Amino acid sequence: MNELLLAAAGLILFTVAVGLARVLRGSEVERLMAVQLLGTGGIAALLLIANATSVPGVEDVALGLALLAAFATIAFVNLLDADQGDAEA
Amino acid sequence: MSLLPYLDIGLALLVVAVAVWTIAARDLFTSVVGYVAYGLLLAFVWIRLYAPDVALTEAAVGGGVTGVLLITAGKRLGALKNVAPEAQPGLAVRLLTGVLAALVAGALGAVILMLPDPPPSLAPEAAAAADGAGAGLGNPITAVLMSYRSFDTMLEKMVLILAVVGVWSVGTDKAWGGAPAPFRRPKPYAPMVFLAQMLAPVGVLIGIHIFWTGANAPGGAFQGGALLAAMWMVTMMARLAEPPRIDTQRLRLALVAGPAVFLIIGLAGKVVAGSFFAYPPALAKPIILFIEAFMLLSIAAALPMLVAGPPSERADQ
Amino acid sequence: MITLLDLFSIAAIGAGAFFFLAGTVGLLRFPDALTRMHALAKADNLGLGLVALGLIPRAESALSALKLIVIWALVLLSAASTTQLIGRALRRGRK
Repeated sequence: MNELLLAAAGLILFTVAVGLARVLRGSEVERLMAVQLLGTGGIAALLLIANATSVPGVEDVALGLALLAAFATIAFVNLLDADQGDAEA
Repeated sequence: MSLLPYLDIGLALLVVAVAVWTIAARDLFTSVVGYVAYGLLLAFVWIRLYAPDVALTEAAVGGGVTGVLLITAGKRLGALKNVAPEAQPGLAVRLLTGVLAALVAGALGAVILMLPDPPPSLAPEAAAAADGAGAGLGNPITAVLMSYRSFDTMLEKMVLILAVVGVWSVGTDKAWGGAPAPFRRPKPYAPMVFLAQMLAPVGVLIGIHIFWTGANAPGGAFQGGALLAAMWMVTMMARLAEPPRIDTQRLRLALVAGPAVFLIIGLAGKVVAGSFFAYPPALAKPIILFIEAFMLLSIAAALPMLVAGPPSERADQ
Repeated sequence: MITLLDLFSIAAIGAGAFFFLAGTVGLLRFPDALTRMHALAKADNLGLGLVALGLIPRAESALSALKLIVIWALVLLSAASTTQLIGRALRRGRK
């Protein structure tokens, strides 16, 4: 059972890696999607790995990661907003 | 055949790849995004090393707060897009830096590979000492931080305050006492405001939960404080709140509350429990939680002030 | 001995991993930044939800199981809003 969890985690990490390779080659704004990708895929893989290796208290880490991914994305979008000029939309 | 070694190798390769990409990035924005990604991936590595407390701290501080700090500072310097060619260091300096960095990395790698098996460690001694002094705490890391090494922890919080003072002192004389500049132009896009309104209360709850549960499970004041700081910054970034004036009493009280309470209790330990920073054994856990609550407040106040920057003399936008 | 709950977990987690794969395939194959964002947000969040669902039977307490659901809800909320923000930045950046 643990092996299956690890296999799923490995698959998800692999998709995150491939996605990162694609996203980081894009335009500046596209790279923001890397944070989203890592946030979602990372949390899934984290939960699976920690469940398979019996690390305690990992749900709190995942909660923290979810909050921080959102926080980092907001900060970066704000910065892009400032750079892109004053057009109001 | 266990999958775990392959997973570990894949994770390590991914971390190295993201690190290389961060360094090779051409502009500041790209490298900070890479840095945040690197921090999030390192949280993984810590989980694999059975250190969920460190993973949480890495994600909170390394991934979130420091990334935002770097990007805000870079924007302030106008260095986001490109650095003027004259400002780039010369080839000799860069080569020297590269050689030194490689030497340090090589030395670290050699030391780790040449460690005896089992490697010497202070952990059993620390755990035993913490068990005695921090009686009643289920999380040995909190016991070590708040009891065995309490003086170090207090000094760390003082360093944080000094950093805030340093950041404030960068402002102009005319602006002293004013508020730092707002985090963004007015009238943010509506989904941002919605997200801030939804996220902040939930995040505050989670932050306080992680602080409280740090006594017996992975967590603690620092991780909780970093999350609370992130939530305050989220509200400021959506312009639901503004950075406070730096001369407000409440802000300054909140900043010093943590180290001050820690110091007072440490000094009182000389009288009550026999030595500097000792706790009476029966009251150890309540005292530790009491100190941690004030530390939570200080961290949650200090980190956003670091990101908000020096006071600005701009009229309120 | 694989119990029924284990089968459920395996099925849910397998489906979740599949959706992550689908999301990345979309990320690689879609022509446009906005459509790639779409693939990322929708598929990955569904995958995370299925993974969380599959891990609920293996949770060590009711509180842990509840936290798994809260994690998914939180990620959904933030992903929905941040994709709006990133989408707007993409659109303005292209102008």
